[in-house]
Amino acid sequence: MNGGAARLLRRIAPQLVTLAVILATIGFVFPGFFNIAFANERLYGSPIDILNRGAPVALLAIGMTLVIATRGIDLSVGAVMAICGAIAASAITAGYGLPLTLLMALGAGIACGLWNGLLVAVLGIQPIVATLILMVAGRGIAQLITEGAILTFNDAGLAYVGSGSFAALPMPAVLWLSVGVAVALLVRRTALGMLIEAVGVNRRASSLAGVSSRLLLITVYAISGLCAALAGIIVAADIRGADANNAGLFLELDAILAVVVGGTSLLGGRFSIIASLIGAMIIQSVNTGILVAGFPPEFNLVIKACIVLAILVLQSPALYGAAILLRRTS
Amino acid sequence: MIAKTLLGAGLLASMTLLSSAALAQTVGFSQIGSESGWRAAETTVTRQEAEKRGIDLKFADAQQKQENQIKAIRSFVAQGVDAILLAPVVATGWDAVLQEAKEAEIPVILLDRMVDSDKDLYLTAVGSDLVHEGEVAGKWLVDEVGDRECNVVELQGTTGSSPAIDRKKGFEQAIADASNIKIVRSQTGDFTRAKGKEVMESFLKAEGGDTICALYAHNDDMAVGAIQAIKEAGLKPGSDILVVSIDAVPDIFQAMAAGEANATVELTPNMAGPAFDALAKYQADGTEPPKFIQTESKLYTQADDPMKVYEEKKSQGY
Repeated sequence: MNGGAARLLRRIAPQLVTLAVILATIGFVFPGFFNIAFANERLYGSPIDILNRGAPVALLAIGMTLVIATRGIDLSVGAVMAICGAIAASAITAGYGLPLTLLMALGAGIACGLWNGLLVAVLGIQPIVATLILMVAGRGIAQLITEGAILTFNDAGLAYVGSGSFAALPMPAVLWLSVGVAVALLVRRTALGMLIEAVGVNRRASSLAGVSSRLLLITVYAISGLCAALAGIIVAADIRGADANNAGLFLELDAILAVVVGGTSLLGGRFSIIASLIGAMIIQSVNTGILVAGFPPEFNLVIKACIVLAILVLQSPALYGAAILLRRTS
Repeated sequence: MIAKTLLGAGLLASMTLLSSAALAQTVGFSQIGSESGWRAAETTVTRQEAEKRGIDLKFADAQQKQENQIKAIRSFVAQGVDAILLAPVVATGWDAVLQEAKEAEIPVILLDRMVDSDKDLYLTAVGSDLVHEGEVAGKWLVDEVGDRECNVVELQGTTGSSPAIDRKKGFEQAIADASNIKIVRSQTGDFTRAKGKEVMESFLKAEGGDTICALYAHNDDMAVGAIQAIKEAGLKPGSDILVVSIDAVPDIFQAMAAGEANATVELTPNMAGPAFDALAKYQADGTEPPKFIQTESKLYTQADDPMKVYEEKKSQGY
């Protein structure tokens, strides 16, 4: 058990150090950054904002990690968010009640995931192409549901998912933390994680060894769809409206980035959900940091790109090799 | 001789009369699509304005594609319509098709957006002045706060877009002489609700909610998102922090009715009304309209019965 904890710490150490450095830098530029107050029955402050605003990317990163571990990729998650947000908003305004609304939106997410899984696992279409279909079509579907406008609602129950608080934390943060812990436990306390890695490393070999790779692949995409649905509900609930044009736009790229920053290889195989979640927090820290630092908006993307570049260069195999060489020679 | 001239003049006059009566009948309208609520409202209002004047409006939805708009204009020319309204999706690449319409002697009026073609190729353009919109918003704030010190936070539109640049410029011009008003933070909210809320949250933390006196948002959607952020921070939007924005979409009127927003500057969806008026004058006696007709940028405040305006706007298909 102790050995396991030490191994985990060693695995996520680079991500933790990166996160700490970024937070320290923001704290240096903007001294009031770490102030946390208690107001309106919840904690209130920039670090809490990072946990709260990072929720969509963190949730997407959970599903994306599993998909990438199977050597796949899911480009459709942003569009699935838009679909599920639109379904949630239209169901609640149509008077279906909160439980049924949530069930319908989450169900739609799973259905989208199953569709992707079917294309990838049964028809054998390359994941990047298979999920591209839903990425393009999905936003159109969402726009059909909302009829192109922002579909607003005033249901306090649904809004609670996006802007309520539980145990002094914002609800979105509670959701991604609990989903993250649940999925991490599910894949690491059972053989599921190992089977996913096996399929990612060599699908044919694992099939021959008796792993039901087809079912596993479909399940993984379905989980990704479910995570995207939850993220979509949160985003819609947060602004009390489904914005089909903008909800989840380009978030699939942030989710992939979170997984990559988390050190999981796009070539499949070994993965770490916790590292991906820290990756998501790194991205959100950069976003929030840019906002509080008060730079002109023209610099936002350049600053973000430079930081991401720095992180990836530090993690690159070439630099790792150079470090080992340096240690040997000295 | 005199009789002949009179006869000729009479004939000519009756011909113009006849033709103007005939001319006002069919107008083709090539619309960009229905990407936003405002666009949908523009379509609805254009139909209403045409109906009011007894004009038969031929409507073509281009679904965001220039090639569809060019096709639509060619088919309008082939059908021999009396005038064409065009809301161009992009600014370039119109020369050839506008030339075709000109050769067929069909006047083209641009709605809402401009093109980079020679001014002779179209009759006139109807649109709003983005800088002026920003000025109206800024002037409202200057009048509202009087001599009070006022720190303003600004939610910009998508970085680099012309509404973001011009609405910022206009607002800054309007507050330039008021030394008590200054913009303390300005960041992009990408014209969306979600980003508007997120960025406002960071403003509130970075500046401290009680030091911010007003919010200026480049569109209403960002203001609606920011209003939620202000509420969640335990402050009262509309009184603790004044909220002024641009566009006049229905949802901001709901916020104004609830006292949570203070003012909005209308980007009117009625571009067709002035266009039809200019067209009628041109056809009646050949009066060339100016090359740019600026629509009114009307200011709405809480005093303007926001709930009534909300219902009106809703019925326009926002």
